[in-house]
Amino acid sequence: MLVEANQSFVNFSDKTTIKVALVGNPNSGKSTLFNALTGLNQKTGNFPGVTVDKKSGFAKLNSTEYGVRGTEKSSQLPPPDSRLPANTITSEFIDLPGTYSLYPKSLDERVAFEVLCNPDNKDHPDVTIIVADASNLKRSLFLVSQIIDLKIPVILALNMMDLVEKEGIIIDAARLSEKLGVKVVRVSARSKEGIEELKQALLQPLSVPQYNFIDVKKIAPDLVEKISSIIKVNSDFAAFHTISNFPEINYFDKEPEKKERIEALLNASSVDINKLQSQETVERYRVINRIAEECVTRKTAIKTESFTNKSDRILTHSVWGYVIFLSVLFFIFQAIFFLAAYPMEWIESSFIFFSDWAMKALPPGELSSLLINGILAGLSGIVVFVPQIALLFTFIAILEDTGYMARVSFIMDKLMRKFGLNGRSVIPLVSGIACAIPAIMSARTMSSWKERVITIMVTPLMSCSARLPVYTLLISLVVPDNKTFVFFNYQGLVLMSLYLVGFIAAMVAAFIMQKVLKSRERSYFIMELPVYRSPQWRTVGLTIFDKVKSFLLDAGKIILAISVILWFLSSHGPGSRFEAIEKKYENPQIINNYTAEERQSKISSEQLEASYAGMLGKTIEPAIAPLGFDWKIGIALVTSFAAREVFVGTMATMYSSTGNEENTQPLREKMLAEINPSTGLPQFTIAVGFSLMIFYAFAMQCMSTLAVVFRETKHWKWPLIQFVYMSCLAYLASFMVYQVLK
Amino acid sequence: MNTNLSQLKIGQRAVINSFTDKKMALKLLEMGCTPGEVVKLDRIAPLGDPIAITVSGYLLSLRKAEASTVLVSLLA
Repeated sequence: MLVEANQSFVNFSDKTTIKVALVGNPNSGKSTLFNALTGLNQKTGNFPGVTVDKKSGFAKLNSTEYGVRGTEKSSQLPPPDSRLPANTITSEFIDLPGTYSLYPKSLDERVAFEVLCNPDNKDHPDVTIIVADASNLKRSLFLVSQIIDLKIPVILALNMMDLVEKEGIIIDAARLSEKLGVKVVRVSARSKEGIEELKQALLQPLSVPQYNFIDVKKIAPDLVEKISSIIKVNSDFAAFHTISNFPEINYFDKEPEKKERIEALLNASSVDINKLQSQETVERYRVINRIAEECVTRKTAIKTESFTNKSDRILTHSVWGYVIFLSVLFFIFQAIFFLAAYPMEWIESSFIFFSDWAMKALPPGELSSLLINGILAGLSGIVVFVPQIALLFTFIAILEDTGYMARVSFIMDKLMRKFGLNGRSVIPLVSGIACAIPAIMSARTMSSWKERVITIMVTPLMSCSARLPVYTLLISLVVPDNKTFVFFNYQGLVLMSLYLVGFIAAMVAAFIMQKVLKSRERSYFIMELPVYRSPQWRTVGLTIFDKVKSFLLDAGKIILAISVILWFLSSHGPGSRFEAIEKKYENPQIINNYTAEERQSKISSEQLEASYAGMLGKTIEPAIAPLGFDWKIGIALVTSFAAREVFVGTMATMYSSTGNEENTQPLREKMLAEINPSTGLPQFTIAVGFSLMIFYAFAMQCMSTLAVVFRETKHWKWPLIQFVYMSCLAYLASFMVYQVLK
Repeated sequence: MNTNLSQLKIGQRAVINSFTDKKMALKLLEMGCTPGEVVKLDRIAPLGDPIAITVSGYLLSLRKAEASTVLVSLLA
């Protein structure tokens, strides 16, 4: 980096890579601009705080592409040096979480704060692009003013000017640039205008603001001086900021000596840091108001009711608001179940086709068995969920992008709060009916860590689509089809009750966790309700791609590993037990009594019993007997851990049925005919059936969900707690159901 | 007339005077709710809470408990 003699300009033209951070308020179009700059996938939405994870992307800034470098007109700048070799600079763009200020109040704000304020942070940028929503100029300038006072190179990207001009407001960008002392570039992230200009601005010498936007020394004169003697800071504001945010800063943990000195200083001065912060904020807005007055002119006061206002009248109406929300949900679930059914069927049948082909083409043996029953079966279990995930995220992305999601949170907050949740928990909970995996991922939009964790922890209690085949099979076994209550079918009523039971359990669990979980964080619902905008299909597309990719790669790895383990456990047994069974069926008497198909299914059934998985089932039988389950159900419970719908497949193998998941009729008949050896009565009584359904409603039997919970919470503690509490709940509830109905 | 922000009726405008909760004040200040700023109550959620106000040109939603920490003077 070439720093000029007066320290006020930085030039990157001799570097090969520069780091550029994008910061801005939520909904400022920051993520859209990031997409436009890098073309890499990045989720954007109208929902505040949608970007929680750090995203980065690369772009080439070719200096020759833009002709002569340094075309800046301002006389303050050093003369352009056209003799410099034309080189290509690669810039790494880092999309920081949306934030309204540099105060690290929520977890995502802390990320932005750390990266910008701590020069030792590995993502600390060379240049910072601040994305400002021109229609919210004053609030955007607040963040701008704080970053200016950090004395780091800044470019201000003024977004959404078209929106402002439509309202008859004119912002004098040149004047704003002059007043702020930073380069201002007009962009329209949506229509990709000004992107090249922004890239070009990065190549030109940048002035580092040399003045103080506000004089923090006036607020805390002694402290700023004293702190500057303890730590190396390049601005008064950095010193002030260290004091006013000291309890939140953790990068001094590595330097305990400095930390102690600062603590001692703070204790000695007995300063109220909250007061320092509020004085700073008030002072900043005072200056901002003055600047805004000089740079903003209102042409005409067009007083027609805005589209947003009109829409809100209906969408947050005391009756229509809920009716519309429920209709939207109804539509989404119908679409997910019916639209996804076709591609899911294609995926399943192509996997079956491929397995059949592989079975014929490959020589029989261990490796083929691993490939077909382990890897292929595992892969199909992952890929089959892709249509549902893609569809669910399409709808959620559209709802977020348009700004409707913020309204749903607005009308639901009071209800959810009673259970330790937040208005923003509604979407993950509702999505959980389709699949807990994307639902848990969508909880990222929540800013309170505690509420987010509670939401993640209870979402899997919502009955997901994988439980549906299990419910269907068991209901058909134990609930009479021909009886009706008033005019509702009994079977349908039981199915509905299972969904209801799941929802109630989720609410109760949330209520208990709210009491147990300790958190210093306060729950806020101070949230911007963004204006309604049409969704951006490019963003929606990138979102779906991103979600599907992360599901396939991250969760997929774990599902695949578990499938392979299950394959091993169910196809291998100790000693030569498998061979003995095969030998038994080579007896000519047996061969004559059965068809080849019957014989094969008898062999696999007996082999399963003799396998490690079978042994496991036998081992856990005493533990599950109080719930009314035998060892065969025990095996199904174990194998269901990979995914719940495996239950049907395992039961099919156990009862050596030729039925598959689509057609459970033969399996159903065999299960009905199953006699409990100790009672001599049918095994699947009403008590066993209901006990099993309740077990599936509550138990955490989804490896993929646990993997996603780990990825989202970044700690093994949470999936572990989730697994334990849901399993205990399932066990107790099943026990009670069985003992009462028995 | 002096009151707090949670007492406003729909359509009423008021000037922000001060805050009674220091932590909450910081959150609201950074969102542009500074003393002297004019706010207008736009909407109350169907269950009576939260509320939505217009402040410096945008719509801000906050809970009634949060709004009650903001002392305001009603504008005619």
